[in-house]
Amino acid sequence: MYLITHKEVLGPVTKLFVVEAPEIARKAQAGQFIILRVSERGERIPLTIADYDRAAGTITIVVQELGKSTQELGTLETGDALASFTGPLGRPTEVKNYGNVIVVGGGLGIAPIYPICRVLREAGNHVTGIIGARTRDLLFWEDAMRSVTDELIVGTDDGSYGRQGVVTTPLKELLDSGTQYDAVWAIGPAIMMKFCALTTQPYGVRTIVSLNSIMVDGTGMCGACRVVVGGRTRFACVDGPEFDGHEVDWDLLLSRLRIYADLEQVALEAYNSARAAS
Amino acid sequence: MVKKSSLPRHEMPARDPAERRHTFDEVALGYSLEMAVAEASRCLNCKGPSCVAGCPVNVRIPEFIAALAEQDLWGAVEALKDKNSLPAVCGRVCPQETQCEAVCVLARKGEPVAIGRLERFVADWERMQGMRIPEPAAPTGKKVVVIGTGPAGLTAAGDLAKRGHSVTMLEALHTPGGVLMYGIPEFRLPKDIVQAEIDYVRKLGVSIRCDAVVGKLYTLQELLQDYDALFLGTGAGLPMMLNIPGENYNGVYSSNELLTRTNLMKGYLFPEWDTPVKVGERVAVVGAGNVAMDAARCSLRLGAKEVHIVYRRSRDEVPARAEEVHHAAEEGIIFDFLTNPTAILGDEKGWVTGMRYIRMQLGEPDASGRRRPVPIEGSEYEVPMDTVVMALGTQPNPIVFTEADALTRTRWGTVTANEANGRTRMERVWAGGDIVTGAATVISAMGAGRIAAGDIDAYLADPSGPWWVEPAAEA
Repeated sequence: MYLITHKEVLGPVTKLFVVEAPEIARKAQAGQFIILRVSERGERIPLTIADYDRAAGTITIVVQELGKSTQELGTLETGDALASFTGPLGRPTEVKNYGNVIVVGGGLGIAPIYPICRVLREAGNHVTGIIGARTRDLLFWEDAMRSVTDELIVGTDDGSYGRQGVVTTPLKELLDSGTQYDAVWAIGPAIMMKFCALTTQPYGVRTIVSLNSIMVDGTGMCGACRVVVGGRTRFACVDGPEFDGHEVDWDLLLSRLRIYADLEQVALEAYNSARAAS
Repeated sequence: MVKKSSLPRHEMPARDPAERRHTFDEVALGYSLEMAVAEASRCLNCKGPSCVAGCPVNVRIPEFIAALAEQDLWGAVEALKDKNSLPAVCGRVCPQETQCEAVCVLARKGEPVAIGRLERFVADWERMQGMRIPEPAAPTGKKVVVIGTGPAGLTAAGDLAKRGHSVTMLEALHTPGGVLMYGIPEFRLPKDIVQAEIDYVRKLGVSIRCDAVVGKLYTLQELLQDYDALFLGTGAGLPMMLNIPGENYNGVYSSNELLTRTNLMKGYLFPEWDTPVKVGERVAVVGAGNVAMDAARCSLRLGAKEVHIVYRRSRDEVPARAEEVHHAAEEGIIFDFLTNPTAILGDEKGWVTGMRYIRMQLGEPDASGRRRPVPIEGSEYEVPMDTVVMALGTQPNPIVFTEADALTRTRWGTVTANEANGRTRMERVWAGGDIVTGAATVISAMGAGRIAAGDIDAYLADPSGPWWVEPAAEA
């Protein structure tokens, strides 16, 4: 069992958990992910690492309550334990001094870009951050992000906080500003990453995305997470999760993310009616 | 007196095919004590038994059967478990017809003794009584780490613990058992039986740690700092695909994914269990090995109306165990022989809608000695299909090889190891099972685990002598 040492409510559907996992914390690097199970009957849920503390021996994850499994996870409190917690999985972010970099986090994607900003900055990069969400309630970690970026642009799609509009608008403004940018990271919902990649493509700026395809084992065994990058089938769990956004077959990814949409609804309804009954 | 060789072999009771198409409950129901004793009495107890040599772990077959015939069941258990620490599993999944039973003297004139069914009976009987745990040997103070908790690892770990070594097993998934848990379905190998066999290994003193992905959480080099010896039994977990157009459509699974969702994650119990698994009305399983049979029979139980096994060779070349093919056919699985997929067809939303096949014919024998399937030109045709499962075999998962360059591998991705002792080219690292042979059987993996455990034990007692001796070239 893996102890939750700290829980924080970051918003109505956004929860942060600090999990005791000293061995994973010793090895974890920015860009990697873990897989957890809430209970014995639970799904294996992949979540990109939001932070790691090697001294304290903990891993931080942030979850957005969407389906049954994430809602159930959201009900856990400090002192509760997870049924399993596996990692670090996937390849770490390729960190070096690129020069000027832009790091975009959309919605839950703010969590994984935080450690990426930190390590990029430690490597000497000038880091410009853009964080955004559909609405104010889904934004979090503005202060944390300020501490690991040189500049930070904050916005919401509906204008309820910060600049109004989607993250690709300030992204394009930066690319048009005359400053030379050497690399872009964009992490968030698949559709956001797709449009970030489309935005940077004409400028020829290398753009890294972190693909959140459906996974089961997370170690290269099942192939559920297969994506096509540069015309080749790759497994997001072991070959990624980070890939060149300009090479990703986005329509395939978006289609594969919908495979279980109907059954996810079934699970959620069964969960909600069970909760209502108890 | 009736000659034993003329006594008929006892069939094993099985659940009715019409009933079992809809349930994951075990198909084969096992012998009663009466049937088992009667079947055991057919054994001639040959002076020079060939069955023992036919078994990859050399189970003392005539001895356990003789004890069973005399109704000395603990005697049977003792003889059986002397060489096989997972008999309830082997009795269910071994291809006995090509191993022990193939060389049974009775097979020459009639039907062989049902060795596998008797093995299963004895193991199940023992489990019902409560397994007896042997006294451990005095601790040697040596530490061994076993990576992977499938059949190779469990056998090696059990043997090493019995000899007094301190054994830790590391498992990447959240439940130990490897392919016995994620691959082989409940209706063929009930999971409580697997867990009982694992509990037995635990009771021998083995410690099992799950959620530990070697290559990510630790490298082999790091483990070698903490342990005196390392056994690699991580199997062949990397799925192979056909590399034909359309393989990424929604509704195309690797057999690993379908089986993992169904068996390990218990997708057939969704939504009581959280992981979904989805099969349509028409399912094509490409391949004809045991894994293909498992995938086909799972698909049927998950609600498919029509399930096809699509195989490019003919019935005679089918690699699956005879009993699995028989059970699959009884359940209504359709076999499309001499048929090879050339494309998977889909709709604009990305879902599978059909398959394009080409008919094949058998040509000259290939390197495997089997006649090579050759496409018949102009014979392509299309069929509607909702779900496609690729069951084409597996290769070792390379994740474990992170920063382990000393571990040489073949061009098929398998680890180079000396079959006589399990040693790899990396000092203090042994390997056995599918990681060395590529996808094979539970029992051959167990045999390799046993050989390696023997050599590890000898090495820990006296590590002098050269680590690697080139294996004698095959004559």
